[in-house]
Amino acid sequence: MIPAAFEYHAPTGLAEATALLARLGEDAKVLSGGQSLIPLMKLRLASPTHVVDINGISGLAGIRETDGALRIGALTRESELEESALVRERYPLLYETSRVIADPLVRNLATVGGNLAHADPANDHPATMLALGAEVVAAGPRGQRRIPITSFFTGPFETALTRDEILSEIRVPMPAARSGGAYVKLERKVGDFATAAVAAQLTLSLGGTVEQIGIGLTNVGLTPIKATAAEASLRGKRPDDAAIRAAAALAAAASEPVEDLRGSVEYKRDLVRVLTARALRRALARAQGGR
Amino acid sequence: MRVQLTVNGEKHEADVEPRLLLVHFIREVLRLTGTHIGCDTTHCGACTVLLEGRPVKSCTVFTVQAAGKSLMTVEGLEQDGKLHPLQESFMTEHGLQCGYCTPGMLMTGYAFLQKNPRPTEDDVRWAISGNLCRCTGYVNIVKAVQRAAATLQGGA
Repeated sequence: MIPAAFEYHAPTGLAEATALLARLGEDAKVLSGGQSLIPLMKLRLASPTHVVDINGISGLAGIRETDGALRIGALTRESELEESALVRERYPLLYETSRVIADPLVRNLATVGGNLAHADPANDHPATMLALGAEVVAAGPRGQRRIPITSFFTGPFETALTRDEILSEIRVPMPAARSGGAYVKLERKVGDFATAAVAAQLTLSLGGTVEQIGIGLTNVGLTPIKATAAEASLRGKRPDDAAIRAAAALAAAASEPVEDLRGSVEYKRDLVRVLTARALRRALARAQGGR
Repeated sequence: MRVQLTVNGEKHEADVEPRLLLVHFIREVLRLTGTHIGCDTTHCGACTVLLEGRPVKSCTVFTVQAAGKSLMTVEGLEQDGKLHPLQESFMTEHGLQCGYCTPGMLMTGYAFLQKNPRPTEDDVRWAISGNLCRCTGYVNIVKAVQRAAATLQGGA
């Protein structure tokens, strides 16, 4: 399959890239890992007349912990997350997510920034970042601004980024003591999108009650879903079995799946209930010092 | 657009349309037809090549993105008329039937063994999970990669 012809731009700086985007307007698409954009272009579901390749911009990749946050450069490949000892040891939710995105070959090119900016509700990082309470940094011709992840996804394949902005960095708050997270995904086979998946991140108080909690749902709605009622039901409570089951039921109620080849509405909604309970239990075990 | 890139250690230069996919460049411009096009939708991995040493699906990369970079295709495995131990192992273990997925399996396996020279069966299965084979059921492919690991460690 051959994509429609386009003009290729390879800016080497952010300012140059955002100026280009501002000038080109609606006709331009940003190319990072290309693992969603290129398949869409081959199917001619996307036919941008200009492609702005941001891979040549230095300083957009890399993972580091600083100023209370894990800062992930937008061009960081999924495989780099997966191979990072820092991520594996301190951010199990991110580590588990990076291991189930597409397949190992795709992960060598696919970027964390692209996974978010593409805003496919079937992508995995959106739910993860909702659970982690991350924020993204958008670079534009007027400088940088920080966008809380909760206001980033505005619709299916739509984000709060303006046409001339590039997602440059993701900031994940450093986990407090007694924190744990987990990502539980059901997929029919490696490389498929999730039938459903649930991200959970929680922090316990000294007394063992839930102090902070984030729950994100993948591919069960038009956008990634933050299960706020489920979160609220756990906050301040002891996360015993009854509390986890109640939260799981609330997460299922918050999901809005549609029927497709992966299952019926009823099946998927119940799957969210089961996966939420599993994710919460695993996150809890980790917060209590387990793996 | 004028691009320069190194393929299997050799420098190449060509004029390409930006929309030319890397796999088409490899097969149709360089005439290196060992790299296969399978699904053409980023699923099967038959088109796997190494880009700067990492296995990627060349049907999902534009040639212009590889400008200035180094590529390795299945043709680069054989050295001085001698097959790579991984290729030998695929023969010994019958790691192929129709052979369509083999170039991709070899490239993924080659890169994987450099990173993980002593893999378990699970490690191998994980590594090749982006390469589909419809003939073998994977059993002999996994054995072949493990045999190659042993050979490269000097143990077989």
